[in-house]
Amino acid sequence: MAREITYRDALREALHEEMDRDERVFLLGEDIGAYQGSYVVTRGFLEEYGRKRVRDTPISELGIVGLANGAAMGGLHPVVELMTINFSLLAIDQIVNHAAKLHYMFNGKFTVPVVIRTASGWGQLGATHSQTFEGWYAHVPGLRVVMPATPRDAKGFLKSAIRGQDPVIFIEHSLIYRNRGEVPEGEYTLPLEGAEVRREGKDVTLVSWSRGYYLALGAAEDLAKQGIEAEVIDMRVLRPLDIDTVVQSVQKTNRLVIVEESWRTLGMGAEIAAAVQEHAFDYLDAPIARVGSLEVPMPYAKNLERLVIPGKDEVLTAVQGVLARELVTVH
Amino acid sequence: MEKGQLLDLYRKMVEIRRFEENAAEQYAHGKIGGFLHLYIGEEAVAVGAISAMEPRDHLVTHYRDHGYPIALGIDPRPLMAELFGKATGISGGRGGSMHMSDPERNFWGGYAIVGGHLPIATGIALSNQYLNREAVVVCFFGDGSTNTGAFHEAMNLSAVWKLPVLWICENNLYGMGTAVEYVSAVRDMVKKAGAYDIPAIQIDGQNPLEVREATEKALEHCRSGQGPFFIEAMTYRFRGHSMADPEAYRTKEEVETHRASEDPIVRFSRMLTEDGVATQAELDRIDADVEQEMEEVVRFAEDSPVPGPETLMDHIYAEPVPVR
Repeated sequence: MAREITYRDALREALHEEMDRDERVFLLGEDIGAYQGSYVVTRGFLEEYGRKRVRDTPISELGIVGLANGAAMGGLHPVVELMTINFSLLAIDQIVNHAAKLHYMFNGKFTVPVVIRTASGWGQLGATHSQTFEGWYAHVPGLRVVMPATPRDAKGFLKSAIRGQDPVIFIEHSLIYRNRGEVPEGEYTLPLEGAEVRREGKDVTLVSWSRGYYLALGAAEDLAKQGIEAEVIDMRVLRPLDIDTVVQSVQKTNRLVIVEESWRTLGMGAEIAAAVQEHAFDYLDAPIARVGSLEVPMPYAKNLERLVIPGKDEVLTAVQGVLARELVTVH
Repeated sequence: MEKGQLLDLYRKMVEIRRFEENAAEQYAHGKIGGFLHLYIGEEAVAVGAISAMEPRDHLVTHYRDHGYPIALGIDPRPLMAELFGKATGISGGRGGSMHMSDPERNFWGGYAIVGGHLPIATGIALSNQYLNREAVVVCFFGDGSTNTGAFHEAMNLSAVWKLPVLWICENNLYGMGTAVEYVSAVRDMVKKAGAYDIPAIQIDGQNPLEVREATEKALEHCRSGQGPFFIEAMTYRFRGHSMADPEAYRTKEEVETHRASEDPIVRFSRMLTEDGVATQAELDRIDADVEQEMEEVVRFAEDSPVPGPETLMDHIYAEPVPVR
């Protein structure tokens, strides 16, 4: 049996269930307690679990993540909330030089089962609050990076991340917290691996993740009205990356469009495109197209912001381009 | 203190000194690569502090980390083998000089990003507090790290959550090759602890007994639930920052002056003989013993196999990743 709940409620259920299951699971972050969480994911948790397990922290991203790394090494299962992924840059030394490395460089003697929840997103927030850096973290061996699009994945991934032994960068998106989707009744976890074909098609493959997946899906629905059947793949997990699912799809459709909200330069799309041409060069009937943000710091004005972030129209234009066998660079 | 304990402090300091002198020699022979940061001159801090710790306590430190495991009584053979990059190394040859650890002894390792291990120490301390383990985390760091953001964030977190962590700042007057007065607005690091209302004391780090006594009191404070404590141990590094350091930033005379008056081993041996605790012959015997022990330590490292290439990708993750 499944029911429809929001992405936010799916996260809340995961946190509740894991905190009830294991006393060693605790939450820490800026304004997650008394303030209820910037995106209200942790509303009511402080009242229910108390200050020991729901810890409002100072504005100290580096300190918080370092502390969580140490707590994880010491036998706890910390779930850090970094208000937005922009602020994760302040903690990047603890993420890249510590969480990702300690298990390996100490020859497996320590584990760092830390979960770092953070949110990507935009919406007239300006240059420093509108970025997304999943590619930066997916670059690093030792991290697991997930960017779920659906409530079902959000819940199942978060539970697995908390139960797992590896550091997980868990990236949410401020514009999909209200999205509803089917979530199984009762307990379930999902392994932190694998892309999923969410819509089958034979003419072109659209690959994306997080909010970009909904963009791709919307474009696919429009294309269907024109008689073009797009296959839509939600990457879900960005490290380890499941390139096989994309390759298999491209072997069928022979055309690939990658949709991302980040800048295209050195982004996830660049990695996916490179891997696909390595594995499916002979199957490609057109150059791989990437749809991403314009390479500019995000402006505040609404009309300018709209020019930067790709929308459905840009995806449709890119699809027309690969169907016409022309190289189209949209954004 | 009993004679046996005092002689043990002496022996530990000599072990660290000889271990590192041997390491320097092997480095010159090309047996050790990369970084090798020697603790020579600062031995009394690790030895004195660790002698006051209990087995349940924890230790986290920086990249100049050979002295601590030796002071903890960890077998020095895997330490040398680690420097040689051998499979028998304490980190299997994956860590090197800067990344040694032994979880069985609550030694959480050496960390090589200056200041980076301080927040980690607060986290280990939080896990102890959370799980009601009455253990204190003792975290060593240099004067250089007190200018990092990580230091200040860790101080604040430890104080605001009353975490059982003992901060020991080893002030050797230089951050790599830059003297404290050029880079730190506050030269007495105890004052930085004061900014967070953390009780602090500045001590002579060249006297293992003074370090031990201060550590005992500090541990008592931390164990009683009153939160962190901060010790600033004044010390001096006799060798360069690393093996590649030509020491252009300080004069030979300065180093010689410190060596002549502040060598912790010389000072302690004089104290032991003048107080009639031990004869010079007894100390000489310990020296000879350690000399021999270190020969075996080097031989062990030399004779050990290198890590198998088939292990290269082990331990990237703690849990397996499916092969696709």
